[in-house]
Amino acid sequence: MGFAHLLEVDDLHTQLAVKDGIVRAVDGVSFSIDAGETLGIVGESGSGKSMTALSILRLLPRSGSVVSGKVTFKGRVLTDLSEDEMEAIRGTEIAMIFQDPMTSLNPVYRIGLQVGEPLRIHRHVDTRRSIASAVDLFKKVGIPDAPKRVKQFPHMFSGGMSQRAMIAMGLSTSPSLLIADEPTTALDVTIQAQILELLRTLNREYGMATILITHNLGVVAGMCDRVIVMYAGRVVEQGATADVFARPEHPYTWSLLRSIPRLDVDVDEPLKPIEGSPPDMTRLPTGCKFAPRCPFAVPRCASEEPELLPVRNQLSRCWVTQGGVSLDSAPD
Amino acid sequence: MSNAPAIVAAQEPIVSTPVAILELVRGHRRITAAFALVALLFLVAILSPVISPHDPLAVRPDDSYLPPLSPGHALGTDELGRDLLSRVLWGARVSLPVAFVAVAVGLFAGGLIGLVSGYAGGIADLLLMRLVDALLAFPGLILAIAIVAALGPGLRNAMIAIGIVAVPVYARLVRAVVLQLKQMEFIAAARALGASPMRVVVRHLIPNLLNPIIVQVSLSAGFAILAEATLSFLGLGAQLPTPDWGQMINSGASFLANDPWLAIVPGAAISITVFSFNLLGDSLRDALDPRLRS
Repeated sequence: MGFAHLLEVDDLHTQLAVKDGIVRAVDGVSFSIDAGETLGIVGESGSGKSMTALSILRLLPRSGSVVSGKVTFKGRVLTDLSEDEMEAIRGTEIAMIFQDPMTSLNPVYRIGLQVGEPLRIHRHVDTRRSIASAVDLFKKVGIPDAPKRVKQFPHMFSGGMSQRAMIAMGLSTSPSLLIADEPTTALDVTIQAQILELLRTLNREYGMATILITHNLGVVAGMCDRVIVMYAGRVVEQGATADVFARPEHPYTWSLLRSIPRLDVDVDEPLKPIEGSPPDMTRLPTGCKFAPRCPFAVPRCASEEPELLPVRNQLSRCWVTQGGVSLDSAPD
Repeated sequence: MSNAPAIVAAQEPIVSTPVAILELVRGHRRITAAFALVALLFLVAILSPVISPHDPLAVRPDDSYLPPLSPGHALGTDELGRDLLSRVLWGARVSLPVAFVAVAVGLFAGGLIGLVSGYAGGIADLLLMRLVDALLAFPGLILAIAIVAALGPGLRNAMIAIGIVAVPVYARLVRAVVLQLKQMEFIAAARALGASPMRVVVRHLIPNLLNPIIVQVSLSAGFAILAEATLSFLGLGAQLPTPDWGQMINSGASFLANDPWLAIVPGAAISITVFSFNLLGDSLRDALDPRLRS
């Protein structure tokens, strides 16, 4: 099969119509992911990371639309497919799991029936066999006592078990790409670790590429080969996780990393939040969108928006680092 | 004993988990009682030809105005000597089906409007909701009377009229629940796994609508009974000589001073029926609501 990458997103622009005007929720995002790879997309709420995922699957809310750009999956241009063709890809080739496992399962159906639903939709498997597959899938994702659990209803599942069930549902048709939108945000920490471990195992065993959307940098560090940092709908930094974490080349990434509370410093040490708040997406500043909150900003940042250009081993959208200044000379 | 109600309240089982209707019936005495009452009413309607002691239409002038508890006429007779018990029992055969059909009309039309409105949103929602608002602008009974007046008196038109009055209730209920469900991630998850919009509506939305609809159906059945009786009382519903509760009250009203049971007996039948349906609706709502909120 002659395609360069499993998934390629090229200059994606997604807009949302809101009361106060138009929000460029995704503004010129480009990236690619290969089979078996894990890509992290990091950013705070409203940075456009979920909208990027929904744009790929073409499941945007009614107010949203992809205005330009191209999404290519296995050589097929998803942005050009008909709705029917797209439905055939969702759940077979690309699966997505969501943030809140407690509401991701339909309360009125037994879980086994739901986990088998993609098989019934796409493979036309009958109900009994789809539930039998659900039992196997439950074993794969580590839900104990599978034959009994498939007969239970969602309210009888804990958050972690529900998320495992969601992952099982996503796996049922062996997709080549799994998009996980904040899969561990609603879970407590020990369960988070288990779910991430499960995702990593599945990624390794089935060679399934994973896009992991999160605001938790720790999750990215532990899971992802490469990372994309988004701010105000734009990619501000992109590169191998090790490079970006070792030496961030965008002040936003730098601030994010610095704001993580550390266990090895004195408890009296104040936390270091990022000053200010995320910009109003309907009234974005001209120039660099992070400039108003940036401790490194120079006059040029407020007037001209930088491009995403190579800086050292990664890509960064910052005048300062593109000019060769190191962020290690940190103002405190 | 001033704290007795608090103790009773504390002892009531708290339903925090979804349970099948049958389990609810077992666990909730009020629901069981209400179900039994409603079932009894339907049984009476079905069996009235068998259990009625007399022909409800048989006129016996010699036996007219017999008071209740007269030999052979447990609830007395009316001005034409017709047996009131038989007429009341037969009346159930008129009222219950009318209520049933009217609620079905309201549920189907209103539910469809609510579903389209809530799921599609946008301009369809706007137009449909304004239509519903227009219906809501009229008091229910006045609207029903106006519709029957336009279509002509008769039971069939009464059913249609009462059904139309019930449309806004269902349209708004279904729309509200659909709007709420649409935000739930299992709808997005179903779409993300390749379910078509039709499949999402049929397999995921509608089953989740059943609880609030069941409650509303039993509540509006009570209203439909009352509305049917009102229309018949005004001569717009059941026509003579059909034994109908509303009509019996109408003819009995002339004799209120001397023979009040002529109106009281059918009135009591209406009260009991409406009460049964409301009790059922109320108890179901109490039992099902905590689950919806959780």
